[in-house]
Amino acid sequence: MKIENIINQIESVDPEIYQRLDGRRNAMKSFVKFSGKIALASLPIAFGSMLNKAYGSPTGTDDAITDVLNFALTLEYIESEFYKAGYSAATGGTLAIPAGAPLGAIKTIRDHEIAHVSFLKAAITSLGATPVSFTAASFDFTAKGAFANVFTDYALFLAVAQTFEDTGVRAYKGQAGNLISNNDILTAALNIHSVEARHASHIRQMRRANGGLIPAGVTVKPWITLNQSGIGTTAVQASYNGEEATTQAGVNIVNIGGFTISANAASECFDEPLTKDQVVAIVTPFFA
Amino acid sequence: MLTNNSSNKELLEVAESNFKNVSRRNFLGYIGGASALLFTAAACKKDEMPATNNGVDLGSGDVGVLNYAYALEQIEAAFYTKIFESPYSGISASESALLGDIRDHEVAHREFFKAALAAKAIPKLELDFSTINFGSRDGVLGAAKAFEDLGVSAYNGAGKLITSPDYLLLAGKIVSVEARHAAFIRDLIMPGTFADGLDANGLDMSRSPSEVFAIAGTYVKTKLNISNLPKN
Repeated sequence: MKIENIINQIESVDPEIYQRLDGRRNAMKSFVKFSGKIALASLPIAFGSMLNKAYGSPTGTDDAITDVLNFALTLEYIESEFYKAGYSAATGGTLAIPAGAPLGAIKTIRDHEIAHVSFLKAAITSLGATPVSFTAASFDFTAKGAFANVFTDYALFLAVAQTFEDTGVRAYKGQAGNLISNNDILTAALNIHSVEARHASHIRQMRRANGGLIPAGVTVKPWITLNQSGIGTTAVQASYNGEEATTQAGVNIVNIGGFTISANAASECFDEPLTKDQVVAIVTPFFA
Repeated sequence: MLTNNSSNKELLEVAESNFKNVSRRNFLGYIGGASALLFTAAACKKDEMPATNNGVDLGSGDVGVLNYAYALEQIEAAFYTKIFESPYSGISASESALLGDIRDHEVAHREFFKAALAAKAIPKLELDFSTINFGSRDGVLGAAKAFEDLGVSAYNGAGKLITSPDYLLLAGKIVSVEARHAAFIRDLIMPGTFADGLDANGLDMSRSPSEVFAIAGTYVKTKLNISNLPKN
């Protein structure tokens, strides 16, 4: 993609393009920085955003979008630092993640979360805003002692991982509507949202295989049944409340169309959103 | 004289497909016959004419996108329903239970769109799964993986085509469940492959409707017209 050529072409119909871009120095500067950093596939997003800056957009739209992206970035920091710490504990011998497929999966998920952090940072910068920044020291994954053994007890580590992933899915879902005005950013967010769901599905299967911290009589499945966390503590319940919905857009899903659809299946087949406030309340205990 | 809509449609489709097969050299010789057919059709009552001669119209705007989702859910639901007509040999209890869950989810999705679209819903599609070996675990899971990954990329690509935040949220509620399915099926085939196929930024795939139907079209016998769907 020859960005220079495109700008030259715009110049031929809009001689003030450079002036417009120059008037938004930050947009231009951050664009150059951004485009040097990230994969080519993301360039259209960056370029579109830069033009948006140059030509202006409805007041507040960009701010609303960067707010959502910074919120998402915060969640990705939590996840990436969590998996980094867990993986280190495992390789350091203090957390018993079985070698082979389980440890491999944690490494895979860790790397996705790290990639999401980089991607969102670059996207926010390209919009002329400042990405939030966190380090390992920013977090307390024991949640003030509620999960004291999170990096020494494998079953607890998986339970917290499942909660983060399921919460992440619900958090992205809750923000999609706020990104509706920017096609590229919306698509990118959706493309992250489904990855979080893939992670959740896999972590849930790991929990089922491990069997720890699963209440008697409960089967942990790749999808969320009613408002069951499948975790033997009420500490994570806020991440699952509302998932029991069996009515969508006024349509009752149970036995819909004369087919046998149980309440369990009806609740499983639609994941529910969480508001930003709900998510903030859930993750607040994990900040140091 | 043609009197009913369906025979008009069939004739037009025949005319159209013949048309495609005509080489440039024969074009002038052929056009007489084709226009005679079109003329005959045009002579019929106006309101009996199909809106297009290019198959079932998914429609435009948000309705078009919902019909697009309805078409995909019809494929998935029919596929999983067919698995249980005669499960592959060696299916485990746990596999059967979870694949049964997925069948129920897809049937619920299909029926939800049908109910939500009501009079605007496209008809039941005629499907053809003859290329899938339902007797083999590899055949079934391979097809399931393809359908689920396709569904995820289709919903991800459709998000930007939707104008109503409510419909966008509904699509979001469904796509994450499809992604849970996709990851589960992938893990059944090869443990640890739940998210293979992401890009370097850790992002899932999205596909446009035409990209999706280029793949899904193999299984759909009903001719679909996606040309009125939103483009961006």
